[in-house]
Amino acid sequence: MDSDFNILIGGEAGQGVQSVGAILAASLRRGGFSVFADQDYESRIRGGHNFFRVRAKTSSVQAVSADIDLLLALNKGTIDLHEKELKSGGLVIYDAEDTKFITDKPNFLKVPLLKLALEKAGNKLMVNTVAAGAALGLAGLDFEILRAVLAKEYGRHGEQTVKDNVTAARAGYDFALSSGKKLSLPRTRKAPNYKLILSGNEALCLGALAAGCKFVAGYPMTPSSSILEYIADKGRQYGTVMMHVEDEIAAMNMAVGAGYAGVRSMVATSGGGFALMVEGLALAGMTETPVVVVLGQRPGPATGLPTRTEQAELFFALHAGHGEFARAVFAPADAADAFSAAVKAFNLAEKYQTPVLILTDNHLATSYYTVDRFDFSQVKIDRGSLVSSDSPDYKRHLVTDSGVSPRALPGLGKALVVTDSDEHDEAGHMIEDAATRRAQVEKRLRKLNGLKQEINEPEFHSAEGAGLTLVGWGSTYGAIREAAALLKADGKPVNTLHFRQLWPFPAEAVVAHLKTAKKNIVVEGNATSQLAALIRRETGIQVNGSILKYDGRPFSPREIVDRLRKEVKAW
Amino acid sequence: MVTLQDYESKVPNAWCPGCGNFGILRAVKKALVELNLEPHRILFVSGIGQAPKLPHYTKGNVFNGLHGRTLPAATGAKIANRDLVVIGIDGDGGAYGEGVQHLLATARRNVNLTYLVHNNQVYGLTKGQASPTSELGFITKTTPLGASQPLNPLMLALASDISFLARGFAAEIDHLAGLIKAGVQHHGFALIDILQPCVSFNRVNTFAWYKQRVYKLDEGYNPTDKAAAILKAQEWGDKIPIGVIYKQERTVYEETLPQLIDLPLVKQPIDPLKIENLLDEF
Repeated sequence: MDSDFNILIGGEAGQGVQSVGAILAASLRRGGFSVFADQDYESRIRGGHNFFRVRAKTSSVQAVSADIDLLLALNKGTIDLHEKELKSGGLVIYDAEDTKFITDKPNFLKVPLLKLALEKAGNKLMVNTVAAGAALGLAGLDFEILRAVLAKEYGRHGEQTVKDNVTAARAGYDFALSSGKKLSLPRTRKAPNYKLILSGNEALCLGALAAGCKFVAGYPMTPSSSILEYIADKGRQYGTVMMHVEDEIAAMNMAVGAGYAGVRSMVATSGGGFALMVEGLALAGMTETPVVVVLGQRPGPATGLPTRTEQAELFFALHAGHGEFARAVFAPADAADAFSAAVKAFNLAEKYQTPVLILTDNHLATSYYTVDRFDFSQVKIDRGSLVSSDSPDYKRHLVTDSGVSPRALPGLGKALVVTDSDEHDEAGHMIEDAATRRAQVEKRLRKLNGLKQEINEPEFHSAEGAGLTLVGWGSTYGAIREAAALLKADGKPVNTLHFRQLWPFPAEAVVAHLKTAKKNIVVEGNATSQLAALIRRETGIQVNGSILKYDGRPFSPREIVDRLRKEVKAW
Repeated sequence: MVTLQDYESKVPNAWCPGCGNFGILRAVKKALVELNLEPHRILFVSGIGQAPKLPHYTKGNVFNGLHGRTLPAATGAKIANRDLVVIGIDGDGGAYGEGVQHLLATARRNVNLTYLVHNNQVYGLTKGQASPTSELGFITKTTPLGASQPLNPLMLALASDISFLARGFAAEIDHLAGLIKAGVQHHGFALIDILQPCVSFNRVNTFAWYKQRVYKLDEGYNPTDKAAAILKAQEWGDKIPIGVIYKQERTVYEETLPQLIDLPLVKQPIDPLKIENLLDEF
């Protein structure tokens, strides 16, 4: 297997851990690596302990590793917490004067980060750039790569800012280079293999904008606030309105109102906010209004661990809303998938005139992935059965074989578009009679037949001689695939089955795949194995075990392998 | 030329005989006819209750949504298509109870909507429980010890710096139609609180009770004087004012949005390729 190169940057909240990490991640991407970076931070503005991990590999990487090559410690606490995670031969960069910590250990490189920032760049705020320079100097990455990253990162602040940052980076880079210590970065092609590095949330926003989302309403909540912020910023130029409103109840009802009036609309929140949106979700189901919901999971119940990750809202997403109505639930596996899931979600929402959920989590939302450039010419817009009508007899909820009614928009023709959260007749007026009720319930649920035809099938990878199949969904994809690679290298090949869409449930495909190996083991980020329960409910198949994680942290591939060995006997 | 005939609906009416809602319905139709607005240009957004059934008993586009959530749904629709004339309809339960936070937020935001609140000081649809505007001590099945201090919706609206505030009376149909016209024509958010006797569940605030107390604000009253409006909004008891309580010209939310300058959102094309240059930032 090809080797990886891992950097951990740690410090207090407010020290700029994330900005150093972003520069390192972008530099390694430009250096030709596949990069995965994740953030671990506390629910506070200053102090505490935050870290950012950057992982570079010559082959594709989409998971974290607990083994560090380079520890960039912006404070003493980072050394205390993470020194034990160093690989043999791993190095530490830290500022001995600033941290007032002295050690003779040979793998500690004392870089006067603060002093260099003041002396070379004349600005102590440049300390992070000095640190980034030192890290890449030690790793032996071409300085020109770092120069290009800084130019892009700081270009909008003007030429002088770029110049100062380059000077600061150079100071750190040269210091490390002349230290006599060195780390060997794996060899790579000089030209970047991947065109972009971006977070799951950024990819999802690009998908939403490409799909023509024109209205977003929300109330800030981790990990979805960055979606609201990105759309608010870019929307001014690209014709999308983002409203920061009084609460999530308002956000959902606004998005449904906008959807009824004919624009593609979206809300983005986390579990607590989604709990407030649930009545509005049912409203979208009843009024057959398209709306896209991004549910970025974090550990619950209630406020839980606000800045951490979990996959415990699978059932919540599946069952949210009183009464019965058709929906689709996507669970993107990575950033590229988040982009395409967003596009598809908007198409399905309009085609089937019903809510569509995108179930992500903090890990996918806030981690950075290297991806190929998204191809916007491949983005197809399907607005379903939109009609222009002047008919006085137009019926918004006409009963059809597919369950989908021709959809006119209010004010764009003379036809009156009437709908109601009460049960209604074809014309949208309130009713009480049993026959109409039955006809409308059945019509709405028939839309599931169409949705089933368009499902994203689970991704199955079979391995020669596999004794078991690892089954997962959503953001655990990278970790599970890498675990499978580790096991294969170890002479214990496994299959993997991964869900990118959870509803409608792809029962037939699942039944076929789960027969392939003797054992099926679910890997998911919750305490009750919701996917295992869903599989049993929909297929009758009981999996043989579950590897569960609910400590708020993402799975690493190594952890999956170790726990498989420990918790699953005989395979 | 729009006529009353254009606003007649064939949907059977489910209100109680003698309900104050009938007067309000007549005033709504009269106002829209006098404004010469065709039904397809109107979007009625309403919640749940007896009042919110009103849109079914006339003509227009109708989004009859959730209890208390009229204003958010109306706001979303208005931002999506600013050409629609959007009229929200609720009772006092939805407007001042379940959804009161949306009233404050919408008044502050100042979206160009007209909001009619049929205020009968009692819950009708759920059969006679106390509402946020029921009088102190009003005894019902859910408040056997009597209702709490009533909320003053006019003061609440003024505290949110509302741009148009009026009070009407269901039995004064021509006067109410005039208020609705003024509200629809007003540039910004308009709240019209409508005193509406409930013949089934409110034996206190009856037609006769109101007729003895209600009086029309005359030309001597200056509705642009906020200090005067704050005093007028507190007048209740022996004398109850109806008319325009307060109005001001204030920035309208959707007019601050650069996205809406050229065309309503709903008429703007979708072009994925337009987004492509955003990739250069990553």
